Amino acid sequence: MDITPEEIVETLLMVEQQNLDIRTVTLGLSLASCADPDMEVMARKVYEHVTQRAERLVPAAEAIEREYGIPITNKRISVTPIASIAAASRASDVTPLALALDRAACEVGVDFIGGFSALVHKGIGEADARVIDAMPRALASTQRVCASVNVATTRAGMNMDAILRMAGVILAAAAATAQRDSIAAAKLVVFANMVEDNPFMAGAVHGAGEPDAVINVGISGPGVVRAVVAALPRDADLTAVAEAIKATSFKITRAGELVAREAARRLGVSMGIVDLSLAPTPAKGDSVADILEAIGVKRVGGPGTTTALALLNDAVKKGGAMGTSSVGGLSGAFIPVSEDAGMIRAVRDGALTLEKLEAMCSVCSVGLDMIAIPGDTPVETIAAIIADVCAIGVINSKTTAARLIPASGKKVGDLVEFGGLLGRAPVMDVNPWAGSVLMRRGGRFPAPLSSLRN
Amino acid sequence: MQTRAIVSVLGDDRVGIVAAVATSLAERGANIEDIRQSIVGGLFSMTMLATFDEDATPFESVQRALTEVGERLGVQVTLQREDVFRYMHRI
Repeated sequence: MDITPEEIVETLLMVEQQNLDIRTVTLGLSLASCADPDMEVMARKVYEHVTQRAERLVPAAEAIEREYGIPITNKRISVTPIASIAAASRASDVTPLALALDRAACEVGVDFIGGFSALVHKGIGEADARVIDAMPRALASTQRVCASVNVATTRAGMNMDAILRMAGVILAAAAATAQRDSIAAAKLVVFANMVEDNPFMAGAVHGAGEPDAVINVGISGPGVVRAVVAALPRDADLTAVAEAIKATSFKITRAGELVAREAARRLGVSMGIVDLSLAPTPAKGDSVADILEAIGVKRVGGPGTTTALALLNDAVKKGGAMGTSSVGGLSGAFIPVSEDAGMIRAVRDGALTLEKLEAMCSVCSVGLDMIAIPGDTPVETIAAIIADVCAIGVINSKTTAARLIPASGKKVGDLVEFGGLLGRAPVMDVNPWAGSVLMRRGGRFPAPLSSLRN
Repeated sequence: MQTRAIVSVLGDDRVGIVAAVATSLAERGANIEDIRQSIVGGLFSMTMLATFDEDATPFESVQRALTEVGERLGVQVTLQREDVFRYMHRI
């Protein structure tokens, strides 16, 4: 046996004590064959296609969990951005497509299905507009459907009209679910440089360049990384910290690679990517904030936080890139507030502000994620926050996003509670000096010089 | 095709652990190719490399039998496909 008992026990303890898991096995499905001029027929085709193709997803993932001893927390589905098939019909109401996706997700036993989406970074098409306008109702009337809109790319610049429109949609989605702590907004994300193979929600879509069906896997393991960092001597230098994170990331990624290959083989579909994002959960110890504090920040949000996060994110990628040749998706640490007990603690302690989170998103993945703000925040202010995050993504050729929850009827310090993996979030303060005039100018923020690469 | 799987036992040391696990494996036609025992982090740890024919004995049935042995003895017994360890600990 060339595996040592120490390595076996290390793996077992990673799972049992440090919450090692595969965060998601996501089946990407093309809905291109479902397009139909009749909305009812199209909705039926969507339901049938998803339930047929994803029928074995959950049983296969559960068997892999059992046989390999690595928990798979979520089994999910991403589909073709729905606006691209909605274009086949002239029906003004596209909500039936969301309802069909919701029923299909329920039928096959996945907790979320992503792709009620549109890409409008250069302009809003007629079908895009129908999908965007339907989002508040679609998200309020479904449990498992997630929506996303790409409003900016490095190649195209930023669609400022789309950003303002999305700010209004976010407010409407929040208001439509005011009785449930505005949960609809937690299922809606606005992107710059959206990727086509993201396995994580709420932003997962099955992009145009993908095969008909594909398995994408998102790794996890903040608890494992924290334990490794915490075990280092307090005077270990940052090279040693980076080295320890890198070695751990390799192991976590290998587990992801194995699960991805095995799930693809058992389902008879292509293996897509392994997403190297460290993803926290509300569970104690499963926190990215805790890693940053183990590295040496007194409380997340304090000076030094961006440095620690940059180090973490870079070391995870270096280890992960050795672990798989199929790196993809977002591949950057997630810093959602509501899903990370350490982030919530930092907000409550007054250490973590919206502005610091924005700075942090310049060195990691999805930036302003799962952040509750007062329900009476003006639409221009929400738009300006989204625009700032997008500007970071566009100029730096990286993905950034905003998932803001303007919690209806709530004020700073109140708590919103979503339950499950979406967690709970204290309502954060918003800087009142927003660029309202800027956001009302509209038009397109031109593509940056750095986009001219050919 | 012989399946290679790792049996691991974690918990307090006591009489009869090896015998019970080995008997359960033998009853299902599984061969023990290697066995090691150590104390890791204060825990008694025994690991075995077992091979068996999945056409004759499904993975799940071996796994279930070993879990029952663990419950009877008050220790944790797990069976995992060997690949997961090779993937995570070898380049």
